[in-house]
Amino acid sequence: MTTQSVWGSPSNPQPQPSIFSLENVGVTYHGTPAIQGVTMDIYQNQITGFIGPSGCGKSSLLRCFNRLNSLIPDTQVMGRITFHGQELKQMNPVSLRRRIGMVFQRPNPFPKSIYHNIAVGLRVNHYNGNIDERVEQSLAAVGLWEEVKNKLHHNALELSGGQQQRLCIARTLALNPEVILMDEPTSSLDPISAGRIDDLLMAMKRHYTIIIVTHNLKQAALISDRVAFFNVETIPNRNHVGRLVEYAPTLDIFVHPSQPATWEYVIPGSRYAG
Amino acid sequence: MTTPDSQTFNKDQSTQEQYFTPNLSGRYKWDTVFASFTWLAVGLSVVILAVLLISVVWDGFPRLASDFWGFLTNFPSRKPEQAGLLSALVGTVWVMITVAIFAFPIGVGAGVYLEEFATDNWFTKLIEVNINNLAGVPSIIYGLLGLQLFVRFLEPMTGGRSILSGALTLALLILPIIIVGTREALRAVPDSIRQAGFALGATRWQVIWDQVFPIAIPGILTGTILALSRAIGETAPLITIGALTFISFLPENLQSQFTVLPIQIYNWVSRPQAGFHTNAAAGIIILMVVLLAMNGLAIFLRNKFQKRG
Repeated sequence: MTTQSVWGSPSNPQPQPSIFSLENVGVTYHGTPAIQGVTMDIYQNQITGFIGPSGCGKSSLLRCFNRLNSLIPDTQVMGRITFHGQELKQMNPVSLRRRIGMVFQRPNPFPKSIYHNIAVGLRVNHYNGNIDERVEQSLAAVGLWEEVKNKLHHNALELSGGQQQRLCIARTLALNPEVILMDEPTSSLDPISAGRIDDLLMAMKRHYTIIIVTHNLKQAALISDRVAFFNVETIPNRNHVGRLVEYAPTLDIFVHPSQPATWEYVIPGSRYAG
Repeated sequence: MTTPDSQTFNKDQSTQEQYFTPNLSGRYKWDTVFASFTWLAVGLSVVILAVLLISVVWDGFPRLASDFWGFLTNFPSRKPEQAGLLSALVGTVWVMITVAIFAFPIGVGAGVYLEEFATDNWFTKLIEVNINNLAGVPSIIYGLLGLQLFVRFLEPMTGGRSILSGALTLALLILPIIIVGTREALRAVPDSIRQAGFALGATRWQVIWDQVFPIAIPGILTGTILALSRAIGETAPLITIGALTFISFLPENLQSQFTVLPIQIYNWVSRPQAGFHTNAAAGIIILMVVLLAMNGLAIFLRNKFQKRG
Protein backbone atom coordinates (compact mmCIF):
# COMPACT_ATOMS: atom_id res chain seq x y z
CA MET A 1 0.00 0.00 0.00
CA THR A 2 2.88 2.34 0.63
CA THR A 3 3.32 3.58 -2.90
CA GLN A 4 6.75 4.99 -3.49
CA SER A 5 6.10 8.47 -4.74
CA VAL A 6 7.95 10.11 -7.57
CA TRP A 7 7.44 13.39 -5.72
CA GLY A 8 8.70 12.10 -2.45
CA SER A 9 7.93 13.83 0.77
CA PRO A 10 9.13 17.43 0.61
CA SER A 11 10.31 17.74 4.19
CA ASN A 12 11.77 14.25 4.53
CA PRO A 13 13.14 13.03 1.22
CA GLN A 14 15.07 10.22 2.88
CA PRO A 15 12.89 7.54 4.52
CA GLN A 16 13.40 7.47 8.26
CA PRO A 17 13.86 4.25 10.22
CA SER A 18 10.64 2.58 11.24
CA ILE A 19 9.78 2.88 14.95
CA PHE A 20 6.46 1.03 15.11
CA SER A 21 5.56 -1.90 12.95
CA LEU A 22 1.94 -3.09 12.82
CA GLU A 23 0.92 -6.49 11.50
CA ASN A 24 -2.75 -7.25 10.97
CA VAL A 25 -3.80 -5.12 13.96
CA GLY A 26 -7.46 -4.87 14.97
CA VAL A 27 -9.52 -3.65 17.92
CA THR A 28 -12.85 -5.08 19.12
CA TYR A 29 -15.35 -3.63 21.59
CA HIS A 30 -17.66 -6.15 23.25
CA GLY A 31 -16.64 -8.60 20.53
CA THR A 32 -17.59 -6.22 17.70
CA PRO A 33 -14.63 -5.21 15.55
CA ALA A 34 -14.04 -1.47 15.28
CA ILE A 35 -11.01 -1.69 13.04
CA GLN A 36 -9.39 -4.66 11.34
CA GLY A 37 -6.36 -5.82 9.45
CA VAL A 38 -4.08 -2.82 9.74
CA THR A 39 -0.54 -3.41 8.54
CA MET A 40 1.74 -0.41 8.44
CA ASP A 41 5.02 1.09 9.63
CA ILE A 42 5.37 4.35 11.55
CA TYR A 43 8.59 6.24 10.86
CA GLN A 44 10.81 8.05 13.30
CA ASN A 45 10.78 11.85 13.60
CA GLN A 46 7.89 12.19 11.22
CA ILE A 47 4.36 13.35 11.72
CA THR A 48 2.00 10.60 10.65
CA GLY A 49 -1.58 11.74 10.14
CA PHE A 50 -4.58 9.41 10.54
CA ILE A 51 -7.60 10.65 8.61
CA GLY A 52 -10.98 9.15 7.81
CA PRO A 53 -14.70 9.46 8.55
CA SER A 54 -16.09 9.13 12.10
CA GLY A 55 -16.33 5.56 13.34
CA CYS A 56 -13.49 4.22 11.20
CA GLY A 57 -11.56 3.23 14.32
CA LYS A 58 -8.59 5.58 13.95
CA SER A 59 -8.78 6.69 17.59
CA SER A 60 -9.05 3.06 18.69
CA LEU A 61 -5.95 2.29 16.66
CA LEU A 62 -4.14 5.26 18.20
CA ARG A 63 -4.83 3.95 21.69
CA CYS A 64 -3.10 0.67 20.76
CA PHE A 65 0.26 2.42 20.63
CA ASN A 66 0.33 3.25 24.37
CA ARG A 67 -1.87 0.30 25.32
CA LEU A 68 -4.60 2.56 26.66
CA ASN A 69 -7.21 0.19 25.20
CA SER A 70 -6.38 -2.29 27.95
CA LEU A 71 -7.98 0.15 30.44
CA ILE A 72 -11.27 0.28 28.57
CA PRO A 73 -13.56 -2.59 29.61
CA ASP A 74 -14.31 -5.31 27.05
CA THR A 75 -11.76 -4.03 24.58
CA GLN A 76 -9.38 -6.38 22.83
CA VAL A 77 -6.44 -5.68 20.61
CA MET A 78 -5.49 -8.28 18.03
CA GLY A 79 -2.46 -8.63 15.82
CA ARG A 80 1.13 -7.67 16.45
CA ILE A 81 2.65 -4.27 17.16
CA THR A 82 6.37 -3.88 17.65
CA PHE A 83 8.11 -0.83 19.08
CA HIS A 84 11.80 -0.71 18.12
CA GLY A 85 11.41 -4.32 17.10
CA GLN A 86 10.12 -5.40 20.51
CA GLU A 87 6.61 -6.73 20.90
CA LEU A 88 4.41 -4.10 22.58
CA LYS A 89 2.30 -6.64 24.43
CA GLN A 90 5.33 -7.90 26.29
CA MET A 91 6.44 -4.47 27.47
CA ASN A 92 5.41 -2.95 30.76
CA PRO A 93 2.51 -0.58 30.02
CA VAL A 94 3.44 1.87 32.77
CA SER A 95 7.02 2.40 31.61
CA LEU A 96 5.80 2.35 28.00
CA ARG A 97 3.40 5.21 28.60
CA ARG A 98 6.18 7.45 29.82
CA ARG A 99 8.04 6.91 26.53
CA ILE A 100 4.87 7.19 24.43
CA GLY A 101 2.93 10.26 25.52
CA MET A 102 -0.62 11.13 24.59
CA VAL A 103 -2.61 14.32 24.10
CA PHE A 104 -6.38 14.03 24.02
CA GLN A 105 -9.16 15.60 22.01
CA ARG A 106 -10.41 17.84 24.78
CA PRO A 107 -7.82 19.55 26.94
CA ASN A 108 -7.88 17.55 30.17
CA PRO A 109 -5.60 19.30 32.66
CA PHE A 110 -5.86 18.10 36.24
CA PRO A 111 -8.00 20.55 38.23
CA LYS A 112 -4.94 21.68 40.16
CA SER A 113 -2.20 24.26 39.75
CA ILE A 114 -0.34 24.70 36.47
CA TYR A 115 2.86 23.69 38.23
CA HIS A 116 1.30 20.55 39.66
CA ASN A 117 -0.01 19.50 36.25
CA ILE A 118 3.54 19.08 35.02
CA ALA A 119 5.16 18.05 38.29
CA VAL A 120 2.78 15.18 38.95
CA GLY A 121 3.89 13.28 35.85
CA LEU A 122 7.50 13.71 36.93
CA ARG A 123 6.74 12.60 40.48
CA VAL A 124 4.81 9.46 39.54
CA ASN A 125 7.75 8.42 37.39
CA HIS A 126 10.22 9.15 40.23
CA TYR A 127 12.06 11.90 38.37
CA ASN A 128 15.37 12.64 40.14
CA GLY A 129 16.22 15.92 38.45
CA ASN A 130 15.18 19.44 39.38
CA ILE A 131 11.40 19.55 39.02
CA ASP A 132 11.18 23.37 39.00
CA GLU A 133 13.61 23.53 36.10
CA ARG A 134 11.82 20.82 34.17
CA VAL A 135 8.49 22.61 34.62
CA GLU A 136 9.99 25.78 33.21
CA GLN A 137 11.65 23.98 30.27
CA SER A 138 8.44 22.16 29.35
CA LEU A 139 6.30 25.28 29.55
CA ALA A 140 8.86 27.17 27.49
CA ALA A 141 8.87 24.41 24.87
CA VAL A 142 5.18 24.96 24.19
CA GLY A 143 5.48 28.76 24.38
CA LEU A 144 3.46 28.99 27.56
CA TRP A 145 6.16 30.03 30.04
CA GLU A 146 5.93 33.78 29.41
CA GLU A 147 2.16 33.64 29.68
CA VAL A 148 1.97 31.72 32.96
CA LYS A 149 5.26 32.25 34.79
CA ASN A 150 3.64 34.58 37.30
CA LYS A 151 0.70 32.31 38.02
CA LEU A 152 2.24 28.86 38.22
CA HIS A 153 0.24 28.10 41.32
CA HIS A 154 -3.09 29.16 39.89
CA ASN A 155 -5.58 26.49 38.92
CA ALA A 156 -4.95 25.19 35.40
CA LEU A 157 -8.66 25.46 34.64
CA GLU A 158 -8.33 29.26 34.67
CA LEU A 159 -6.38 29.04 31.39
CA SER A 160 -8.07 29.35 28.00
CA GLY A 161 -8.80 26.20 25.99
CA GLY A 162 -5.76 26.67 23.76
CA GLN A 163 -3.49 27.32 26.73
CA GLN A 164 -4.88 24.24 28.49
CA GLN A 165 -4.10 22.10 25.46
CA ARG A 166 -0.56 23.47 25.29
CA LEU A 167 -0.24 22.72 29.02
CA CYS A 168 -1.31 19.14 28.26
CA ILE A 169 1.37 18.94 25.57
CA ALA A 170 3.91 20.43 28.00
CA ARG A 171 3.08 17.84 30.62
CA THR A 172 3.66 15.12 28.03
CA LEU A 173 6.96 16.67 26.86
CA ALA A 174 8.19 16.92 30.47
CA LEU A 175 8.48 13.13 30.55
CA ASN A 176 10.94 13.18 27.63
CA PRO A 177 8.89 10.83 25.42
CA GLU A 178 10.01 9.42 22.08
CA VAL A 179 6.55 9.30 20.59
CA ILE A 180 3.55 11.57 21.07
CA LEU A 181 0.08 10.34 20.19
CA MET A 182 -2.49 13.03 19.48
CA ASP A 183 -6.20 12.40 19.22
CA GLU A 184 -7.67 15.40 17.38
CA PRO A 185 -5.73 17.80 19.60
CA THR A 186 -7.08 20.98 18.01
CA SER A 187 -10.67 20.04 17.22
CA SER A 188 -12.08 21.79 20.29
CA LEU A 189 -9.98 24.93 19.82
CA ASP A 190 -10.46 28.20 17.97
CA PRO A 191 -8.47 28.62 14.70
CA ILE A 192 -5.79 30.83 16.24
CA SER A 193 -5.08 28.49 19.15
CA ALA A 194 -5.20 25.55 16.72
CA GLY A 195 -2.69 27.31 14.45
CA ARG A 196 -0.29 27.82 17.35
CA ILE A 197 -0.45 24.12 18.13
CA ASP A 198 0.14 23.21 14.46
CA ASP A 199 3.27 25.43 14.48
CA LEU A 200 4.36 23.76 17.70
CA LEU A 201 3.96 20.29 16.22
CA MET A 202 6.01 21.23 13.18
CA ALA A 203 8.79 22.41 15.47
CA MET A 204 8.51 19.34 17.69
CA LYS A 205 8.97 16.73 15.02
CA ARG A 206 12.73 17.19 14.94
CA HIS A 207 12.86 15.54 18.34
CA TYR A 208 9.74 13.41 18.49
CA THR A 209 7.74 10.97 16.43
CA ILE A 210 4.17 12.19 16.26
CA ILE A 211 1.03 10.31 15.32
CA ILE A 212 -1.98 12.55 14.98
CA VAL A 213 -5.62 11.70 14.38
CA THR A 214 -7.42 14.55 12.72
CA HIS A 215 -10.67 15.40 10.96
CA ASN A 216 -9.13 18.57 9.66
CA LEU A 217 -7.72 17.76 6.21
CA LYS A 218 -5.97 21.09 6.02
CA GLN A 219 -4.14 20.28 9.21
CA ALA A 220 -3.24 16.82 7.90
CA ALA A 221 -1.96 18.30 4.63
CA LEU A 222 -0.01 21.06 6.34
CA ILE A 223 1.83 19.27 9.08
CA SER A 224 2.07 15.57 8.33
CA ASP A 225 4.78 13.78 6.38
CA ARG A 226 2.74 10.68 5.76
CA VAL A 227 -1.00 10.19 5.86
CA ALA A 228 -3.02 7.06 6.48
CA PHE A 229 -6.58 7.12 5.20
CA PHE A 230 -9.07 4.84 6.99
CA ASN A 231 -12.57 4.15 5.80
CA VAL A 232 -15.66 2.38 7.12
CA GLU A 233 -16.63 -0.82 5.38
CA THR A 234 -19.80 -2.80 5.86
CA ILE A 235 -19.02 -6.45 6.45
CA PRO A 236 -21.52 -9.29 5.67
CA ASN A 237 -23.35 -9.39 9.05
CA ARG A 238 -24.08 -5.66 8.59
CA ASN A 239 -21.49 -4.51 11.07
CA HIS A 240 -19.34 -1.54 10.22
CA VAL A 241 -15.62 -1.93 10.52
CA GLY A 242 -12.73 0.41 9.85
CA ARG A 243 -9.95 -0.49 7.43
CA LEU A 244 -6.75 1.12 6.33
CA VAL A 245 -7.36 2.12 2.71
CA GLU A 246 -4.23 3.96 1.75
CA TYR A 247 -1.01 4.95 3.45
CA ALA A 248 1.41 7.16 1.57
CA PRO A 249 3.44 10.38 1.76
CA THR A 250 1.16 13.37 2.27
CA LEU A 251 1.45 14.76 -1.25
CA ASP A 252 0.45 11.44 -2.82
CA ILE A 253 -2.64 11.20 -0.67
CA PHE A 254 -3.76 14.72 -1.47
CA VAL A 255 -2.64 15.02 -5.08
CA HIS A 256 -2.88 11.63 -6.70
CA PRO A 257 -4.35 9.05 -4.36
CA SER A 258 -4.31 5.53 -5.71
CA GLN A 259 -7.65 4.45 -4.24
CA PRO A 260 -11.04 5.84 -5.36
CA ALA A 261 -12.25 6.01 -1.74
CA THR A 262 -9.33 8.24 -0.80
CA TRP A 263 -10.07 10.41 -3.80
CA GLU A 264 -13.69 10.84 -2.73
CA TYR A 265 -12.78 11.69 0.83
CA VAL A 266 -9.87 13.97 0.13
CA ILE A 267 -10.77 15.93 -2.98
CA PRO A 268 -14.07 17.56 -1.95
CA GLY A 269 -12.54 18.24 1.43
CA SER A 270 -9.48 19.90 -0.01
CA ARG A 271 -11.76 22.23 -1.99
CA TYR A 272 -13.25 23.57 1.26
CA ALA A 273 -9.92 23.69 2.97
CA GLY A 274 -8.58 25.85 0.14
CA MET B 1 -27.87 11.56 -2.66
CA THR B 2 -29.31 14.34 -0.55
CA THR B 3 -30.55 16.49 -3.43
CA PRO B 4 -33.79 14.68 -4.39
CA ASP B 5 -34.70 14.36 -0.72
CA SER B 6 -34.33 18.04 -0.07
CA GLN B 7 -36.44 18.91 -3.13
CA THR B 8 -39.43 16.88 -1.97
CA PHE B 9 -38.83 18.28 1.49
CA ASN B 10 -39.07 21.86 0.24
CA LYS B 11 -42.17 21.16 -1.84
CA ASP B 12 -43.96 19.72 1.21
CA GLN B 13 -43.16 22.67 3.37
CA SER B 14 -46.11 24.89 2.39
CA THR B 15 -48.63 22.18 3.19
CA GLN B 16 -46.88 21.24 6.42
CA GLU B 17 -47.73 24.46 8.27
CA GLN B 18 -51.40 23.44 8.85
CA TYR B 19 -50.33 20.43 10.93
CA PHE B 20 -48.70 22.55 13.62
CA THR B 21 -51.34 23.31 16.23
CA PRO B 22 -49.62 25.42 18.85
CA ASN B 23 -52.33 25.24 21.55
CA LEU B 24 -50.24 27.58 23.64
CA SER B 25 -52.83 28.20 26.35
CA GLY B 26 -53.23 24.48 26.93
CA ARG B 27 -49.47 23.91 27.16
CA TYR B 28 -48.99 26.84 29.49
CA LYS B 29 -51.84 25.54 31.65
CA TRP B 30 -49.94 22.31 32.21
CA ASP B 31 -46.92 24.36 33.11
CA THR B 32 -48.93 26.10 35.81
CA VAL B 33 -50.52 22.87 37.03
CA PHE B 34 -47.18 21.14 37.34
CA ALA B 35 -45.49 24.13 38.97
CA SER B 36 -48.29 24.38 41.55
CA PHE B 37 -48.05 20.68 42.27
CA THR B 38 -44.31 20.80 42.93
CA TRP B 39 -44.77 23.98 44.98
CA LEU B 40 -47.42 22.21 47.04
CA ALA B 41 -45.09 19.27 47.65
CA VAL B 42 -42.37 21.58 48.93
CA GLY B 43 -44.81 23.67 50.97
CA LEU B 44 -46.34 20.62 52.60
CA SER B 45 -43.04 19.12 53.66
CA VAL B 46 -41.79 22.43 55.02
CA VAL B 47 -44.99 22.94 57.01
CA ILE B 48 -44.87 19.44 58.47
CA LEU B 49 -41.23 19.88 59.43
CA ALA B 50 -41.93 23.28 60.98
CA VAL B 51 -44.87 21.93 63.02
CA LEU B 52 -42.70 19.08 64.25
CA LEU B 53 -39.85 21.39 65.24
CA ILE B 54 -42.14 23.91 66.94
CA SER B 55 -43.97 21.28 68.94
CA VAL B 56 -40.72 19.65 70.09
CA VAL B 57 -39.16 22.98 71.06
CA TRP B 58 -42.42 24.03 72.74
CA ASP B 59 -42.43 20.86 74.84
CA GLY B 60 -38.75 20.56 75.55
CA PHE B 61 -37.47 24.10 75.82
CA PRO B 62 -38.71 24.68 79.41
CA ARG B 63 -36.57 21.74 80.62
CA LEU B 64 -33.49 23.10 78.84
CA ALA B 65 -34.18 26.66 80.00
CA SER B 66 -34.64 25.73 83.67
CA ASP B 67 -31.51 23.60 84.03
CA PHE B 68 -29.60 23.21 80.77
CA TRP B 69 -26.27 22.27 82.32
CA GLY B 70 -27.84 19.82 84.75
CA PHE B 71 -29.74 18.16 81.93
CA LEU B 72 -26.49 17.56 80.09
CA THR B 73 -24.42 16.48 83.10
CA ASN B 74 -26.85 14.44 85.23
CA PHE B 75 -27.30 10.72 85.05
CA PRO B 76 -30.82 9.35 84.58
CA SER B 77 -32.97 9.55 87.68
CA ARG B 78 -36.36 8.50 88.99
CA LYS B 79 -37.27 12.16 89.41
CA PRO B 80 -37.82 13.80 86.03
CA GLU B 81 -36.50 17.20 87.10
CA GLN B 82 -33.18 15.63 88.18
CA ALA B 83 -32.85 13.24 85.26
CA GLY B 84 -30.19 14.09 82.65
CA LEU B 85 -28.74 12.43 79.60
CA LEU B 86 -25.04 12.43 80.42
CA SER B 87 -24.62 8.68 79.99
CA ALA B 88 -26.62 8.69 76.74
CA LEU B 89 -24.73 11.63 75.27
CA VAL B 90 -21.33 10.15 76.15
CA GLY B 91 -22.51 6.73 74.90
CA THR B 92 -23.56 8.26 71.59
CA VAL B 93 -20.18 9.93 71.17
CA TRP B 94 -18.32 6.67 71.94
CA VAL B 95 -20.52 4.65 69.61
CA MET B 96 -20.33 7.14 66.74
CA ILE B 97 -16.54 7.42 66.89
CA THR B 98 -16.23 3.63 66.94
CA VAL B 99 -18.69 3.29 64.06
CA ALA B 100 -16.72 5.81 62.01
CA ILE B 101 -13.41 4.04 62.71
CA PHE B 102 -14.80 0.76 61.39
CA ALA B 103 -17.20 1.87 58.68
CA PHE B 104 -15.17 4.62 56.96
CA PRO B 105 -12.07 2.67 55.86
CA ILE B 106 -13.98 -0.50 55.01
CA GLY B 107 -16.78 1.30 53.17
CA VAL B 108 -14.49 3.60 51.20
CA GLY B 109 -12.12 0.72 50.46
CA ALA B 110 -14.92 -1.45 49.12
CA GLY B 111 -16.27 1.45 47.06
CA VAL B 112 -12.86 2.15 45.55
CA TYR B 113 -12.33 -1.52 44.73
CA LEU B 114 -15.71 -1.89 43.04
CA GLU B 115 -15.43 1.34 41.08
CA GLU B 116 -11.75 1.51 40.17
CA PHE B 117 -10.28 -1.97 40.30
CA ALA B 118 -12.97 -4.60 39.76
CA THR B 119 -13.50 -5.88 36.26
CA ASP B 120 -17.07 -5.92 35.08
CA ASN B 121 -18.13 -9.55 35.42
CA TRP B 122 -21.10 -11.45 36.85
CA PHE B 123 -19.47 -11.71 40.27
CA THR B 124 -18.99 -7.97 40.74
CA LYS B 125 -22.49 -7.39 39.39
CA LEU B 126 -23.82 -9.82 42.02
CA ILE B 127 -21.94 -7.95 44.75
CA GLU B 128 -23.29 -4.66 43.41
CA VAL B 129 -26.92 -5.79 43.46
CA ASN B 130 -26.47 -7.17 46.96
CA ILE B 131 -24.94 -3.99 48.33
CA ASN B 132 -27.72 -1.88 46.83
CA ASN B 133 -30.28 -4.19 48.41
CA LEU B 134 -28.51 -4.21 51.78
CA ALA B 135 -28.88 -0.43 51.89
CA GLY B 136 -32.64 -0.99 52.05
CA VAL B 137 -32.78 -3.81 54.61
CA PRO B 138 -34.75 -2.83 57.77
CA SER B 139 -32.41 -1.90 60.58
CA ILE B 140 -33.91 -4.40 63.01
CA ILE B 141 -32.55 -7.20 60.82
CA TYR B 142 -29.07 -5.82 61.42
CA GLY B 143 -29.93 -5.80 65.12
CA LEU B 144 -30.73 -9.53 65.01
CA LEU B 145 -27.50 -10.20 63.11
CA GLY B 146 -25.54 -8.14 65.64
CA LEU B 147 -27.18 -9.95 68.53
CA GLN B 148 -26.18 -13.34 67.22
CA LEU B 149 -22.78 -12.47 65.79
CA PHE B 150 -21.29 -9.78 68.02
CA VAL B 151 -23.15 -10.20 71.33
CA ARG B 152 -23.28 -14.00 71.50
CA PHE B 153 -20.76 -15.54 69.12
CA LEU B 154 -17.95 -13.01 69.56
CA GLU B 155 -18.68 -12.28 73.22
CA PRO B 156 -15.10 -12.95 74.38
CA MET B 157 -13.92 -10.16 72.11
CA THR B 158 -16.79 -7.69 72.25
CA GLY B 159 -17.80 -8.21 75.86
CA GLY B 160 -21.44 -8.96 75.01
CA ARG B 161 -23.90 -6.08 75.11
CA SER B 162 -21.15 -3.54 74.78
CA ILE B 163 -20.28 -0.35 72.91
CA LEU B 164 -18.20 -2.45 70.53
CA SER B 165 -21.12 -4.76 69.67
CA GLY B 166 -23.44 -1.81 69.15
CA ALA B 167 -20.92 0.08 67.05
CA LEU B 168 -20.13 -2.92 64.86
CA THR B 169 -23.84 -3.50 64.29
CA LEU B 170 -24.37 0.11 63.27
CA ALA B 171 -21.23 0.00 61.14
CA LEU B 172 -22.72 -2.94 59.22
CA LEU B 173 -25.95 -1.00 58.88
CA ILE B 174 -24.34 2.04 57.26
CA LEU B 175 -21.62 0.21 55.32
CA PRO B 176 -23.78 -0.17 52.17
CA ILE B 177 -24.67 3.53 52.30
CA ILE B 178 -21.00 4.51 52.50
CA ILE B 179 -20.08 2.12 49.67
CA VAL B 180 -22.82 3.44 47.41
CA GLY B 181 -21.92 7.05 48.28
CA THR B 182 -18.22 6.44 47.61
CA ARG B 183 -18.95 4.83 44.27
CA GLU B 184 -21.15 7.72 43.22
CA ALA B 185 -18.47 10.23 44.20
CA LEU B 186 -15.87 8.27 42.20
CA ARG B 187 -18.15 7.91 39.21
CA ALA B 188 -18.57 11.69 39.11
CA VAL B 189 -14.84 12.07 38.40
CA PRO B 190 -14.54 12.40 34.61
CA ASP B 191 -12.77 9.52 32.88
CA SER B 192 -10.64 11.98 30.93
CA ILE B 193 -8.79 12.74 34.19
CA ARG B 194 -8.00 9.05 34.71
CA GLN B 195 -6.87 8.66 31.10
CA ALA B 196 -4.64 11.71 31.43
CA GLY B 197 -3.05 10.14 34.49
CA PHE B 198 -2.53 6.75 32.86
CA ALA B 199 -1.13 8.36 29.71
CA LEU B 200 1.59 9.95 31.87
CA GLY B 201 2.72 6.54 33.01
CA ALA B 202 1.00 6.53 36.40
CA THR B 203 -0.06 3.25 37.96
CA ARG B 204 -3.66 2.67 38.95
CA TRP B 205 -2.99 3.54 42.56
CA GLN B 206 -1.11 6.71 41.57
CA VAL B 207 -4.02 7.79 39.40
CA ILE B 208 -6.50 7.15 42.20
CA TRP B 209 -4.42 8.82 44.89
CA ASP B 210 -3.15 11.84 42.93
CA GLN B 211 -6.06 12.59 40.63
CA VAL B 212 -9.27 10.80 41.55
CA PHE B 213 -9.32 11.14 45.35
CA PRO B 214 -8.78 14.89 45.52
CA ILE B 215 -11.84 15.37 43.32
CA ALA B 216 -13.96 12.67 44.95
CA ILE B 217 -13.12 13.26 48.62
CA PRO B 218 -15.76 15.95 49.31
CA GLY B 219 -18.45 13.62 47.97
CA ILE B 220 -17.07 10.65 49.91
CA LEU B 221 -17.00 12.65 53.15
CA THR B 222 -20.51 13.97 52.61
CA GLY B 223 -21.80 10.44 52.01
CA THR B 224 -20.02 9.12 55.08
CA ILE B 225 -21.28 11.83 57.39
CA LEU B 226 -24.84 11.44 56.12
CA ALA B 227 -24.53 7.70 56.78
CA LEU B 228 -23.28 8.45 60.31
CA SER B 229 -26.24 10.78 60.80
CA ARG B 230 -28.46 7.85 60.04
CA ALA B 231 -26.61 5.68 62.55
CA ILE B 232 -26.90 8.28 65.30
CA GLY B 233 -30.69 8.11 65.21
CA GLU B 234 -31.01 4.33 65.10
CA THR B 235 -32.80 2.79 68.06
CA ALA B 236 -34.17 -0.59 66.96
CA PRO B 237 -30.92 -2.47 66.30
CA LEU B 238 -29.39 -1.24 69.55
CA ILE B 239 -32.42 -2.27 71.57
CA THR B 240 -32.27 -5.64 69.83
CA ILE B 241 -28.68 -6.22 70.85
CA GLY B 242 -29.64 -5.19 74.38
CA ALA B 243 -28.34 -1.72 75.02
CA LEU B 244 -29.52 -0.67 78.47
CA THR B 245 -32.03 2.08 79.04
CA PHE B 246 -30.99 3.09 82.53
CA ILE B 247 -27.29 3.64 83.00
CA SER B 248 -25.79 5.63 85.82
CA PHE B 249 -22.12 5.31 84.94
CA LEU B 250 -19.91 6.38 82.07
CA PRO B 251 -18.38 3.82 79.70
CA GLU B 252 -14.78 2.99 80.55
CA ASN B 253 -13.79 1.07 77.45
CA LEU B 254 -15.26 -0.46 74.31
CA GLN B 255 -16.53 -3.44 76.27
CA SER B 256 -18.62 -1.31 78.64
CA GLN B 257 -22.36 -1.44 78.62
CA PHE B 258 -23.92 1.66 77.21
CA THR B 259 -26.95 3.61 76.16
CA VAL B 260 -27.40 6.22 73.45
CA LEU B 261 -29.58 9.30 72.97
CA PRO B 262 -32.44 7.75 70.96
CA ILE B 263 -32.77 4.92 73.49
CA GLN B 264 -32.84 7.38 76.38
CA ILE B 265 -35.50 9.39 74.56
CA TYR B 266 -37.50 6.24 73.84
CA ASN B 267 -37.31 5.30 77.51
CA TRP B 268 -38.52 8.70 78.67
CA VAL B 269 -41.39 8.77 76.21
CA SER B 270 -42.66 5.44 77.50
CA ARG B 271 -42.81 6.66 81.12
CA PRO B 272 -46.26 7.73 82.43
CA GLN B 273 -45.10 10.94 84.20
CA ALA B 274 -45.48 14.15 82.18
CA GLY B 275 -42.09 15.38 83.44
CA PHE B 276 -40.33 12.63 81.53
CA HIS B 277 -42.16 13.58 78.35
CA THR B 278 -40.71 17.05 78.70
CA ASN B 279 -37.29 15.44 79.14
CA ALA B 280 -37.85 13.38 76.00
CA ALA B 281 -38.61 16.53 74.00
CA ALA B 282 -35.51 18.20 75.42
CA GLY B 283 -33.49 15.10 74.51
CA ILE B 284 -34.79 15.29 70.94
CA ILE B 285 -33.60 18.90 70.74
CA ILE B 286 -30.11 17.82 71.86
CA LEU B 287 -30.09 14.95 69.35
CA MET B 288 -31.11 17.34 66.58
CA VAL B 289 -28.40 19.79 67.53
CA VAL B 290 -25.80 16.98 67.37
CA LEU B 291 -27.20 15.92 63.97
CA LEU B 292 -27.15 19.46 62.63
CA ALA B 293 -23.58 19.86 63.85
CA MET B 294 -22.59 16.72 61.95
CA ASN B 295 -24.28 17.88 58.76
CA GLY B 296 -22.66 21.27 59.22
CA LEU B 297 -19.30 19.50 59.46
CA ALA B 298 -20.07 17.67 56.23
CA ILE B 299 -20.77 20.95 54.45
CA PHE B 300 -17.68 22.56 55.96
CA LEU B 301 -15.41 19.69 54.86
CA ARG B 302 -16.91 19.65 51.39
CA ASN B 303 -16.34 23.37 50.89
CA LYS B 304 -12.85 23.20 52.34
CA PHE B 305 -11.73 20.39 50.03
CA GLN B 306 -13.47 21.87 47.02
CA LYS B 307 -11.61 25.13 47.42
CA ARG B 308 -8.31 23.32 47.61
CA GLY B 309 -9.11 21.28 44.49
